[in-house]
Amino acid sequence: MRRSDNRVVLAVQFYLPIAEMPVSVLMLLGLGAAVGFISGVFGIGGGFLMTPVLIVMGIPPAVAVATQGAPIVASSTTSVLAALRRRAIDLRLGLVLVGGGLVGSALGVWFFAALRRAGQLDLFITLAYVTLFTVVGGLMLVEVLRGLWARRGGRAAPVRLGRDHPPYMGWPLRMRFPRSRLYASVIPILGLALFVGFAGAVLGIGGGFIMVPALLYLLRVPTGVVVGTSQFQILWTTLVALVLHAVQNQAVDIVLAVILIAGGVFGAQFGARAGRNLRADTFRLLLAALVLAVDLRFILELTLRPAEPFSIVVAEGR
Amino acid sequence: MRAGLLGLAGLLAAGAAEAETLVVSLSFSRLAVTSTYTGSSPAVFGAIERDGQAAARAGAYDIVVTIRGPRQSLTVREKQALGPLFVNRDQQKFGDVPSFLAVLASRPLPEIADPETRARLRLGLDAIVAAPGLTLARGGAEDPFREALLRLRRAERLFVENEAGVRFLSPAVFRTGAALPATAPVGAYDVEVTLLAGGVPLARESARFDLVKAGFEQQMASFARDWSLPYGLATGVLALLSGWLASVIFRRD
Repeated sequence: MRRSDNRVVLAVQFYLPIAEMPVSVLMLLGLGAAVGFISGVFGIGGGFLMTPVLIVMGIPPAVAVATQGAPIVASSTTSVLAALRRRAIDLRLGLVLVGGGLVGSALGVWFFAALRRAGQLDLFITLAYVTLFTVVGGLMLVEVLRGLWARRGGRAAPVRLGRDHPPYMGWPLRMRFPRSRLYASVIPILGLALFVGFAGAVLGIGGGFIMVPALLYLLRVPTGVVVGTSQFQILWTTLVALVLHAVQNQAVDIVLAVILIAGGVFGAQFGARAGRNLRADTFRLLLAALVLAVDLRFILELTLRPAEPFSIVVAEGR
Repeated sequence: MRAGLLGLAGLLAAGAAEAETLVVSLSFSRLAVTSTYTGSSPAVFGAIERDGQAAARAGAYDIVVTIRGPRQSLTVREKQALGPLFVNRDQQKFGDVPSFLAVLASRPLPEIADPETRARLRLGLDAIVAAPGLTLARGGAEDPFREALLRLRRAERLFVENEAGVRFLSPAVFRTGAALPATAPVGAYDVEVTLLAGGVPLARESARFDLVKAGFEQQMASFARDWSLPYGLATGVLALLSGWLASVIFRRD
């Protein structure tokens, strides 16, 4: 009798009103904390980690994609506030990114609907993930290893990457971003934001893990400003997506959101602190490893002979 | 009501003496899903009423109870090799599949009735899944997609079959029950009880119960549906406030 009581306490179950299933509260708190930690370290939203885990746990995909935005909004709010205090954020650049990102998201939502009508959405998404992750992770890894190699060879690593600005920075409509020590055309910046918003909406992710390396390598924004600025952009695009999902699909589960937020805000705090103590090249190496690890998971899913080739998809819309 | 029931029983028995009627009762007609819901076990009680003039039957009675959850339309997909990749290739749509299905019998189904009768009366998981109306594709029981549907749903314990699930408390009174996992969706559940003897169906009676969200669960679900914009904004504000609160609590500098 006593033993069964203990078991009940250890595995507190709560029935989710929208997902329509009971979940273990402790497990979700842990998931929220883990993703929050990673999100805090790297300045990414963490949706690309959270969504697949929720789906594996049995949460309906629509609910998982819609609800994972809530803990991301919470943890990025904390990060942005912390970055504001340390002045480690470029609000001007952030606003330009938000503008481009929202337009990209709208295009992405439209493209998503078109693909779904045509079928083969799953295959497209997985292939897109693999391509994107391989390119982004591979480029970062090569860059980091080259830097480490150069330092071992006795040459000092360059303090800043951007001595020789790439030509697209000099296009017309140049704008000054003093915080990022950047004087560049807004066209590539808007284009980047548009692409990230588009990819995010199509793949059901915030796009932080594309935005962070792109800010680092394509726009040569200093590492200290990258995380805060990326979180600022993530905060606004995810907030808009969360409300849109609630209105359009009615798939946001507020109970699930509260549990994930509770775990996430703690995780993000410790993550942000850990991230501040990381050296810039360690930070890049770890981010590259994370992206490539997720990439590997998708590649295996795509190429290993599945134990159960059949799957059931219940028609959405109730 | 009683006449209709007798008529149905007569139809089923097709000429056999329609001497028996079934009385069925459920342990509840409405089942509330609250925040601590982790599944339930509805019980079904039944009694066989015999007409006094009927001749005694040689064999014992057999009972098959089928519980069906709310219908879903779904697609079963099969991954196949495409070069080095495994991708979803073939798929088959099923229009009207119960989200939960429990078949409880007093004896192994092959002993209760022959395959034709089982197929006609949809007795047993195999007979229900092989039914022609379930999907447009032909192939019956050999259809790999139907097999996959059965296998996957069984693994989730959403389809169950128990050939010793019905217990006779006396020669004319029986009881049975099924474990409804928490993943079985809310909605209307139909309970169908079939009485057979010597492979011949004698009577059929049905009942239903509703699985409904109650209290907090129900309020949240209807808030999300009827007030979707305030609900979405509330979730957003909640997330923003939690983030702000965390930054205040954890502020060190």
